[in-house]
Amino acid sequence: MTVQPEIQLENVHKWYGKYHALAEINLTVRQGERVVICGPSGSGKSTLIRCINRLEAHQEGRITVTGMELTDDEKTAGHIRREVGMVFQHFNLFPHLTIVENCILAPMWVRGQRRAEAIERARHFLDRVHIGEQADKYPIQLSGGQQQRVAIARALCMAPKVMLFDEPTSALDPEMVKEVLDTMVELAQEGMTMICVTHEMGFARQVADRVVFMDRGRIVEEGAPHDFFAAPQTARAREFLSQILH
Amino acid sequence: MIRSLLLNNPDAVRRAGLALILSLVTAALYGMGISSAWLGKMVPPLAGWLSESPALGRLLAAMLLALAIYANWKALRLLSRGWQIFGVWLELFILLMLFFYSFDLSLGFIAKKIGFMISQGVVTTLYISAISIAIATVIALVGAIAKLSKNGVIYGLATFYTSLFRGLPLLMQIYIIYLGLPQVGYVISAIPAGILALSLCYGAYMTEIFRAGIESIPRGQSEGATALGLSPAQTMGLVVLPQAMRVIIPPTGNQFIAMLKDSSLVSVVGVWELMYLARTQGQTEFRHIEMLITASMIYWVLSIGLELVQSRIEKRFGRFNVR
Ligand SMILES: Nc1ncnc2c1ncn2[C@@H]1O[C@H](COP(=O)(O)OP(=O)(O)OP(=O)(O)O)[C@@H](O)[C@H]1O
Ligand SMILES: [Mg+2]
Repeated sequence: MTVQPEIQLENVHKWYGKYHALAEINLTVRQGERVVICGPSGSGKSTLIRCINRLEAHQEGRITVTGMELTDDEKTAGHIRREVGMVFQHFNLFPHLTIVENCILAPMWVRGQRRAEAIERARHFLDRVHIGEQADKYPIQLSGGQQQRVAIARALCMAPKVMLFDEPTSALDPEMVKEVLDTMVELAQEGMTMICVTHEMGFARQVADRVVFMDRGRIVEEGAPHDFFAAPQTARAREFLSQILH
Repeated sequence: MIRSLLLNNPDAVRRAGLALILSLVTAALYGMGISSAWLGKMVPPLAGWLSESPALGRLLAAMLLALAIYANWKALRLLSRGWQIFGVWLELFILLMLFFYSFDLSLGFIAKKIGFMISQGVVTTLYISAISIAIATVIALVGAIAKLSKNGVIYGLATFYTSLFRGLPLLMQIYIIYLGLPQVGYVISAIPAGILALSLCYGAYMTEIFRAGIESIPRGQSEGATALGLSPAQTMGLVVLPQAMRVIIPPTGNQFIAMLKDSSLVSVVGVWELMYLARTQGQTEFRHIEMLITASMIYWVLSIGLELVQSRIEKRFGRFNVR
């Protein structure tokens, strides 16, 4: 018996007007797998993971997430988004709501949880990202690293099967990067299926099952972190790594 | 050389500047044709001289007035900011009242009519404005969402609407609705016609305000909401609009105040609101100016009320932005 993969992209293409942003993307992510996507700026990393929860629409190929295929149907997209949490580079917390309100909004309006239940769950996840005491503050009163941890907790409150991260640490001051990465490592150790766009190679080494290297809208190379970092196969990847690792 | 002279003599420069400003004010007052009669009244011995050399007398009057203004300025500067504001309001209000007083108004006539002005006029004005404001807000919200729509038909409808109703004078719209709708078989009475015209016109203006407010919210906000599984309507209502309110409320408050006064235009179709009464109540006894000034003051009071409401709402929605 083969287990249905959590995420499957088959021959996916995407264009912005005439610009071919994603070409021939094939990617399979099994349940519990951690995939790190890296590549030079503009190579299509964000576009790829934004196609997975249909913040962007692909034009060719098939994308299947938790057993459902993404089509033009907004309903399916809605169902998939409930199962897929996303963490953005710039946090995208809602500034008019307190931390705990940020966390209970979707559980109440999308999952139909009662307020008390949603708050209890929110507090649980906020404690887990070590930010429980700040629950009643507004996002602007928190540091960048704290805000990003709230964003992670907010996504977790929806009990997603998959988490997507789009450069979650690249808008942070250096001293805050670690606290966010630590949170992500804990999440990985609990068996969450994760796709992370990141240039934090230490994180990739520590938790990734696989590293995917993209260039000009294509997946150029794919492999276990140890192999990829020690012996990249393509010239593009070698060049990229030499820039990243100085 | 002049430059170093200026730089090294700050006190002299300051005094020269003051003298310049005072002489400019004096010249302006003189140019506006200030009268010197009040000088004669206050200092009778001067009266003879004043009638002999009227030009010099007027110059003296202008200079004295300029000095009085300067003294007033200096005196106000001694107060704390709050009292300064109060002082300025009080002085200007007294001047305004003196201006009205100079019309030789019959206060008795005003007292006799003001009850009716309020119970009929203010009530009608307020309820026409309130209903129109409510409808205009709904129109503006729908219009703004339509204007942001990718659907060409919806966008077309929205742009045609805003273009037409912003482009025609409100007075024209009131006439067209009141006189034109019956032509196509739909008889409408004066008050609904007025409300319809005001709502459509202000809805068109406010559509632009709402659209700008919605567009001012960064894309990341709606993406964050969408990624959490919120529907487009939930995203708009729970995430985007509450934040857009901060941008929308100040200009909308202005629109409400403007509408309150533009509601006076519906008097042309015979609605007994404040403006209509102001024009008609004084007719029988030739007391036009009394009624007009009374109505003006009532409009002002109502506007101040709206301003206060606006600033309270602004504070409420500005809350999450203060550290
Ligand atoms: N909405 C859009 N419209 C047009 N072109 C776009 C749009 N979004 C992205 N692109 C283009 O698609 C390409 C891939 O963009 P993408 O954001 O996926 O890159 P990335 O790999 O995430 O880069 P970075 O590391 O800088 O975030 C870029 O060349 C970008 O200019
Ligand atoms: Mg990116």
